[in-house]
Amino acid sequence: MMDIKVLKPILGANDQRAQENRSLLEKNRIVAVNFTASPGAGKTSLLLATIKALRDEFRIGVVEGDVSSAIDAETVAKEGIPVVQINTGGACHLDATMISNALESLPTEDLDVLLIENVGNLICPASFALGEHRNVLVASVPEGHDKPHKYPVMFSKSDAVVLNKIDLKPYIDFDQDKFTAAVQGLREKALIFPVSCKTGEGIDHWASWLRDQIRVEQSN
Amino acid sequence: MHELAITEEILNLVLSEASRNNAAKVKDVKLVIGEMTGIVNESVAFYFNEISKGTIAEGAKLSFKRVPAAGKCRDCGHQFVVKDFIWACPDCGSLNIDITAGKELYLESLGVI
Repeated sequence: MMDIKVLKPILGANDQRAQENRSLLEKNRIVAVNFTASPGAGKTSLLLATIKALRDEFRIGVVEGDVSSAIDAETVAKEGIPVVQINTGGACHLDATMISNALESLPTEDLDVLLIENVGNLICPASFALGEHRNVLVASVPEGHDKPHKYPVMFSKSDAVVLNKIDLKPYIDFDQDKFTAAVQGLREKALIFPVSCKTGEGIDHWASWLRDQIRVEQSN
Repeated sequence: MHELAITEEILNLVLSEASRNNAAKVKDVKLVIGEMTGIVNESVAFYFNEISKGTIAEGAKLSFKRVPAAGKCRDCGHQFVVKDFIWACPDCGSLNIDITAGKELYLESLGVI
């Protein structure tokens, strides 16, 4: 028997495809943002609020990832935004090939921003690069302030954390200082945006950060 | 939880490396997996057994080297293995921790004939 030293990443092929996506996005001057969250944190609500806040300045496209159903894509399509629904058929994350296929169905020449809603899950999406420029994690008050320590990898690679459902704070034992310490413990420079997609509180602040990030990437 | 997708990537990599080395049969597959990837050995072995049928890797023995999660404190510099997934420095109690190990996911070596 012969021993072959390999020492290659198992997800190297996905990483390669993610790089290709990134090149394609940059060729078309599109800034891609990957949204991850647990199910029910409010990713779709945040996407809708973000679209509303930024659609006058940028041409926005959306990729919706779900295990099944097209409910989210239909909700976004009602806004008149180009959207592709990816049904992963059981897989708990989006991968670079799925994004590559989705890009073929989107009017890439007419987009400035691509918002990607990953499958609701904070474990597997952490392993699969898509070619995104920024990672945003959506957490919500009812999930508790200890969430970052339960999903350290996804938190450690997120540029910003949107804390949704702050209108529920009076009813829930949620310690925002502890949450902030845990988030910034795992990623020193992560910014936290407390919002309520229901009341609209905090959305301006969040959208203003995202606008700046898009401008920064566009000027690169 | 995402072992099927991961195992498909493992098999693709195993077959391409075996073919590059003109192997007739893959006997051993040595994997290195960090504790923070959330990947379960038994589940990978189960899927591998199924999806490698009919390939030169059918019947190969998988072995797993698990890498524990480790961190480095940004405040006092202490380096430590994370126990029970507690993300606090065991020396000074700080929560400001950089993850230094535990995300590994690679194919270390193959035994082929």
